[in-house]
Amino acid sequence: MRITRFAAVVLALSLPVQSAFAADGKILVGVIGSLTGAEATFGQSTRNGVELAASELNAKGGVKGKTFELKVYDDQGKPEEAATAMTRLVAQDKVSLVIGEVASSRSLAMAPIAEANKVPMITPSSTNPRVTKEGGKVRQYVFRVCFIDPFQGTVMAKFAKNDLKLSKMAILRDVGNDYSMGLAQYFTEKFKALGGSIIADESYKAGDQDFKAQLTALKGKKPEAIYVPGYYTDVALIARQARELNMNQPMLGGDGWDSSKLYEIGGSAMDGHYFSNHYSTDDPSPAIQNFVKKYKAKYGEMPDALAALAYDALFIAADAMGRGGDAGGDALRRALAATKGYKGVTGVITIDGDHNAVKPAVVLKIAGRAPHYAATVRP
Amino acid sequence: MRAWKSLLPFVLGLPVLWLIQLWAPPQIAIILVNIGVNVILAVSLNMVNGFTGQFSLGHAGFMAVGAYTAAKITLAFGESASVSPLVWNNGVFFIALLAGMGMAAFMGLLVGIPSLRLRGDYLAIVTLGFNEIIRVLIENMSWLGGATGISGVPPYTSLIWVGLGVLAAIVTARRLLLSTHGRALLAIREDEVAAEAMGVDTTGYKVRAFVLSAAFAGLGGGLLGHYILLVTPKSFTYVKSIEVVVMVVLGGMGSISGAVFAAVLLTSSLELLRGVDQYRMVIYSLLLVVLMLSRPTGLFGHREVWDFAKSWRRKRAEALS
Repeated sequence: MRITRFAAVVLALSLPVQSAFAADGKILVGVIGSLTGAEATFGQSTRNGVELAASELNAKGGVKGKTFELKVYDDQGKPEEAATAMTRLVAQDKVSLVIGEVASSRSLAMAPIAEANKVPMITPSSTNPRVTKEGGKVRQYVFRVCFIDPFQGTVMAKFAKNDLKLSKMAILRDVGNDYSMGLAQYFTEKFKALGGSIIADESYKAGDQDFKAQLTALKGKKPEAIYVPGYYTDVALIARQARELNMNQPMLGGDGWDSSKLYEIGGSAMDGHYFSNHYSTDDPSPAIQNFVKKYKAKYGEMPDALAALAYDALFIAADAMGRGGDAGGDALRRALAATKGYKGVTGVITIDGDHNAVKPAVVLKIAGRAPHYAATVRP
Repeated sequence: MRAWKSLLPFVLGLPVLWLIQLWAPPQIAIILVNIGVNVILAVSLNMVNGFTGQFSLGHAGFMAVGAYTAAKITLAFGESASVSPLVWNNGVFFIALLAGMGMAAFMGLLVGIPSLRLRGDYLAIVTLGFNEIIRVLIENMSWLGGATGISGVPPYTSLIWVGLGVLAAIVTARRLLLSTHGRALLAIREDEVAAEAMGVDTTGYKVRAFVLSAAFAGLGGGLLGHYILLVTPKSFTYVKSIEVVVMVVLGGMGSISGAVFAAVLLTSSLELLRGVDQYRMVIYSLLLVVLMLSRPTGLFGHREVWDFAKSWRRKRAEALS
């Protein structure tokens, strides 16, 4: 008896509570992030960034007199939960736009639902190309405001040739990693196109401990600098062993370097190296300093790249709505696709034909076991 | 007679499932699919952890094998121009699910034969290890999509498919429990040495239960992958395995209805708590603690729903006489 009553209560509670449409004068925006689980900081930064953007936009009176209202759902870092939350946002809450997810695997679970229901979705920080383009076909309703992985290779090649004035480079890549291979390939293409030459190309496998064989081979060719587009654990060991072999060339890398562990493992061997990233809190530009100040005042911590990208995501949506996409759906999708030269915190953003953001990257120089802003490189 | 009785739930269930499929709005449908998949997982894990008393922690690993096998097959078949999509899609999906189950069962056999000679905690460690090996292997195979997984999986899973899967899992578990096989499994759970002394081939029975359980885990994986249209290693971590173990323990080790009820309760409560953001995991965990403290043998203990009906009928007969 007790059990049947309990079951009845559970059943009654699980009946759908049909939420009312957003009241007139409101634009309902769904946010999906991993607020709990192993990657909880990802989701929390994303939510904070969108919240800050919404409060600023609303303080200015919103878009065309409509204010933003957020609906934030947690996915515990699980792709199937992201799909459930997305379905609920589009089918029950009837949001006009969804912002999320950070991880590409979870954005990939959400993208087909956005497509099927014709609800635009902006992922602030999923870098996998498949999120916006599946099997050679661009997903009509899915956009991103970050650059995709291979772009960083292009950026670093420009920086090496134009800012560091290098002409003879070597590459040390992780063969088992799509990210590393992509960056290395685009770096090589761009660097050669700019008139430089790649005089050596060596490889390693993530998890290797001894890199001396590859480093000795590179040392013999005397490159001016080495491009190492790997992850921080391997890169830190490579840098240490290079110094042990008296190789003092600067090393260049991508956002895979971005971790405090890099300095813990690599120590002073990391000094003098460069890597590309989405944005830097050191960047002197007023837009960034202003954002950092407001974010710190509200949340008491420095905004990471994920928060900045999420902040930009809502502002870009607001910009598109202001250009006539305030009805959501197809109109918003067209307006988003036409985004051009929008000045965001993470740079001037243009959405290209594949719905990727074309925008500058920042290059950071490591000194004293910390990254410092060195340059902004435009695509 | 008996075989006919086992078909009855499917015959009666099909029109009901069809009606649910017609009625359910998408936000309810996806929750029902999640519930259904979790019921399949809990009922099948119950065959090993509940009936046989062996502690397996690798259910998500078998799920992954089933999901990847099924997704690869449906993607390889693609769409047909000549056959009607209703027939073609469901036919391909049926073959893919069967293949996924077969592959998962084969993996279960590979893992089971060496490890089920071990007792108690050792099996937990071996299966946990298997789960991680499968996940890491997949993450490093580019033809399986690496760490991101396979996207663009065709949307073949419907509520009817999930419902049929749930019925198949429950009917199989019940028939197993009531058979000679099931009795042997229960004997192993109660006292393995005594069972062996009575002539029960303990390893053989354990391996067969394990293989059957793995096959249904593969079915669950295949169904889930074709609903969220993505198969990724992130769905099959050991955390998923532990979730299923929690469902079995909460429902009552060895009780099929307990496993079903716990899977429904836990999956739907997470959905109901969605409104409270990150605090829902606190409430969810608190719910588990309270339930386990108040009913340490699980909600149903060793009992089943049909046992209640039987005792109720007996009581009524006594009252009448």
